[in-house]
Amino acid sequence: MSDPTFNIDELPVPFKPGQTILEAAKAAGVFVPHLCHHPDLKPHGGCKLCTVVVNGRTQSACTYKAAAGQEVDVDTPELDAMRRSLVQMLFIEGNHFCPGCEKSGNCELQALGYEYEMMSPHFVEFFPNREIDASHPDAMIERNRCILCERCVRASRDLDKKNVFGIAGRGGKATLVVNSPSGKLVDSDFAVTDHAARVCPVGAILIKRVGFERPIGERAYDRAPMSAEVEVCEIPESGS
Amino acid sequence: MTAQDHVAVAVGRYRADPCYLVQIVREAQAALGWISRQSAVEIAGLLHIPVTEVDAVVQFYSFFYDRPRGKYRVLFSDNITDRMAGSFELFQRMLDHFGVKPGEASGDDLVSVDLTACTGMCDHGAALLVNNIAIPSLTPARIDQIIGLIEAHAPVYSWPAELFRIEDNIRRTETLIRAPYERGTGLDAAIARGRAGMQDEIKRAALRGRGGAGFPTATKLDGARNAPGVEKYIVCNADEGEPGTFKDRVLLTSFAPRVLEGMAIAGYAAGATRGFVYLRGEYEYLRAPLQREIDEMYATRRLGTSIRGAAGFDFDIEIHMGAGGYICGEGTAQIESLEGKPGRPRVKPPSMVIRGYKGRPTIVDNVETLAHLTEIAVEGGASFARRGTRASTGTKLLSVSGDCELPGIYEYEFGVTIARVLKDCGAPSPIAVQVGGASGVLVTPDEFSRRIAFEDVSTAGAFMVFGRERDMFEVARNFAHFFAHESCGFCTPCRVGTTVQKNLMDKIAAGRGSRYEINDLMRLADFMRKTAHCGLGETAGNSVRDTWNKFRPVFERRLVAHDFAPEVDLDAALEPARRVAHRDDGAAHVAAEV
Amino acid sequence: MNEALAPKTPVKVRLATTSLAGCFGCHMSFLDIDELIFEFAGIAEFDRSPFTDIKHCGPCDIALIEGGVCNAENVHVLRELRANAKILVAVGACAINGGLPAMRNHLKIDDILRKVYADPERGGSTVPNDPELPLQLDKVYPINEVVRVDYFLPGCPPSGEAIWKYLTDLILGRMPRLERQIFHYD
Repeated sequence: MSDPTFNIDELPVPFKPGQTILEAAKAAGVFVPHLCHHPDLKPHGGCKLCTVVVNGRTQSACTYKAAAGQEVDVDTPELDAMRRSLVQMLFIEGNHFCPGCEKSGNCELQALGYEYEMMSPHFVEFFPNREIDASHPDAMIERNRCILCERCVRASRDLDKKNVFGIAGRGGKATLVVNSPSGKLVDSDFAVTDHAARVCPVGAILIKRVGFERPIGERAYDRAPMSAEVEVCEIPESGS
Repeated sequence: MTAQDHVAVAVGRYRADPCYLVQIVREAQAALGWISRQSAVEIAGLLHIPVTEVDAVVQFYSFFYDRPRGKYRVLFSDNITDRMAGSFELFQRMLDHFGVKPGEASGDDLVSVDLTACTGMCDHGAALLVNNIAIPSLTPARIDQIIGLIEAHAPVYSWPAELFRIEDNIRRTETLIRAPYERGTGLDAAIARGRAGMQDEIKRAALRGRGGAGFPTATKLDGARNAPGVEKYIVCNADEGEPGTFKDRVLLTSFAPRVLEGMAIAGYAAGATRGFVYLRGEYEYLRAPLQREIDEMYATRRLGTSIRGAAGFDFDIEIHMGAGGYICGEGTAQIESLEGKPGRPRVKPPSMVIRGYKGRPTIVDNVETLAHLTEIAVEGGASFARRGTRASTGTKLLSVSGDCELPGIYEYEFGVTIARVLKDCGAPSPIAVQVGGASGVLVTPDEFSRRIAFEDVSTAGAFMVFGRERDMFEVARNFAHFFAHESCGFCTPCRVGTTVQKNLMDKIAAGRGSRYEINDLMRLADFMRKTAHCGLGETAGNSVRDTWNKFRPVFERRLVAHDFAPEVDLDAALEPARRVAHRDDGAAHVAAEV
Repeated sequence: MNEALAPKTPVKVRLATTSLAGCFGCHMSFLDIDELIFEFAGIAEFDRSPFTDIKHCGPCDIALIEGGVCNAENVHVLRELRANAKILVAVGACAINGGLPAMRNHLKIDDILRKVYADPERGGSTVPNDPELPLQLDKVYPINEVVRVDYFLPGCPPSGEAIWKYLTDLILGRMPRLERQIFHYD
């Protein structure tokens, strides 16, 4: 008995009951952009990069369950324009200075910028004043680059069973906070071996002493665009 | 008592249950004036939760502070109707007197003064909150009186009662609020019909939610009744945060028995035995009277077990206070708040009817919706449905404010024309009505024959009238500021988009806008509508877009002639360096763009 | 010689360039077109530019702007090029989003100037105030927050190849696009 199907851009895609549109698309090799989604974590639904059109209405593919007979639009110019605007909004909201960033070339936000031909941030830059936490001997939190995807929050809570991270503040004041009396990472039970240390899509949580480890040309998204669904290269623990 | 003692008392009152974190922080805040890092760590320790969860709550809600805000924390309501009543000048008056900047405590930690979103007193002119207690009808004399009381260190509870007087201003009644309600009649009638019978009547009545969304109530109650699980909940949504809405305030003040019995009736129909009244923080002054009514209900067998003698009809109600956050009016966000978390709307599906409070079936219904259940119980659904229109049965309370002679509460059958409401409230020369609050619809005179109904112009009740001399651009800008302030921050398009929208409106207001900004505003409104996570983001651009479409000249007269203007006043941007270098020569200035 | 570039008319494309609050890396990168500069010289000529030392811009077709806007002099220069150029291109990270100089934006300029120049503990006395010194703006602004910008060419710097592709697209009337290998923000 074959799997039920739904249509992506008018082509049938099989799915298993309970799968989200994003999961089914990925399994079928169809690229749906995403940032807050991570295969090991429960869906979040906040970044909105995975917005698709389902039976005429926009939905988040990462949380919306696939169903037989759905008509899903993924690859349209209107959606691409929306994706570009979302990436632009994330860029101007923080201080994303690619030339000086250790994550450049391995950064999922940057990769999406390339994917959707973001030539300029378009919107007026916020230039916010955000705090850097370099207190921990082995890792740092660079909040200028945090896109509030909560991957670290979820990974720490659900995979590491630790609860190191949280999000506090409303609206534009939302910020990453650390579970320690001082609020500093060094006073928490964070360890560089945590899943939460390695799950950040951008350069907001960085392992110290491994920056710029791969030369330009050999970084994850130098080798292939994000839509080719590459594995982001793992930063080796040794730091050599 | 030390700060630590106060924290322990607050935690103890709620049996160290993390679900009550918002209530615990509220009580600690009231006792201490602010939540220090030390107190946050203590609360987290006593509740065995990460301190980040306490941080999240303290920093989310408008009425919680993580820095000292004085013994007297004054918040001026900043809806457009407040501004029309001169609130900004009164705000300045108080700031100037105390010599403080907005949001900063005075040097002696006596007072802080700031703005807050609409407090629901729009029929009383300008209003403020002092330590979350409402004082409406502000005038310069009143401000001076309040200043005097603050400087005398008089406890707020001892201030003249006159200051706190809030009228119902009921101007027109139909059936719900015309006659006094005899306590217990709704419950008895529901019991006489039986659970299935009552459910049938609600369906026959075709009652739809009165909180703005208009969802069929019977469908919701059915959904909860049929959902698996034993523990189910009724939440009375008394958050009433939509600017310009204050009809629930009046229902809770003078018709509380209808509302509370309505909750029990909803529980009876849906098989729920526990209810919460989620009361917005701005209505703190209603908490004690509501609690007294609830206590009275327990004493007279209208709550508790075997209500009015009906075996198996059990229902409990507890009040849960909000703490300043418009988004907590959204059903799933309200449930998050009830669970002690920031009010961030949940991913849907699953519906909260299936998986809501603590993952169990939960009905979140508006105050007015629940009040109507007592009507339906007594007169039956068919009779109820004879009022209003076919798609919008029954009556609607409107809260009318703005440029009219008689602001206040007006009850009409659904289908009433906007023109009729304007005539009744005495609007001399309206140029626009904002129906449904900041997220609603801007209606102009050519549309005044339209009807208040779900199928035409829908509203939870807000009806703000703007007269001939009003600047509609400033109305839209006020709403743009509101959305940026109230965005929960969960999703990219709303978190960033509402701030970009606010900045664009401010740029135009400063005389530095061009068609470029207009293009961006229109694109942004459409973009947020399509990609936002919840109704706040979806509707955040509506009023700016409507105002551009219907009042184009008020935008155009502010635009600069050419197609681009710099983001900032570049000459002003040189001022800090001019000052510190003591320069004023020609090269220290740049000309405005020609 | 590249046939596609053979001019149909003898009138050369006129280019102005400047570096505002930039490091001149984008200008250096332009010169990485190496011998293609001879082809370029066949169809284009420079107006005001560090390459020519012409002091003031006249009417021109394309202005390439490197660097963001950090002081009053930058404003004057940028306005001059905008007023005289039909098409204005923001070249490189600094022009597009403020770049590295914009990293001062979360600080206050008067605090910075006082601390650096007028802090007695550091041996300072007064902030230099000669009228010939360009006066700093409160923030470093991307150029599209100061004038209308028509095109954006990212990179830090964009490679010679990217600049060549972009310019030839513009001159030949095509919407400028960069292949993935030459499109980068760093």
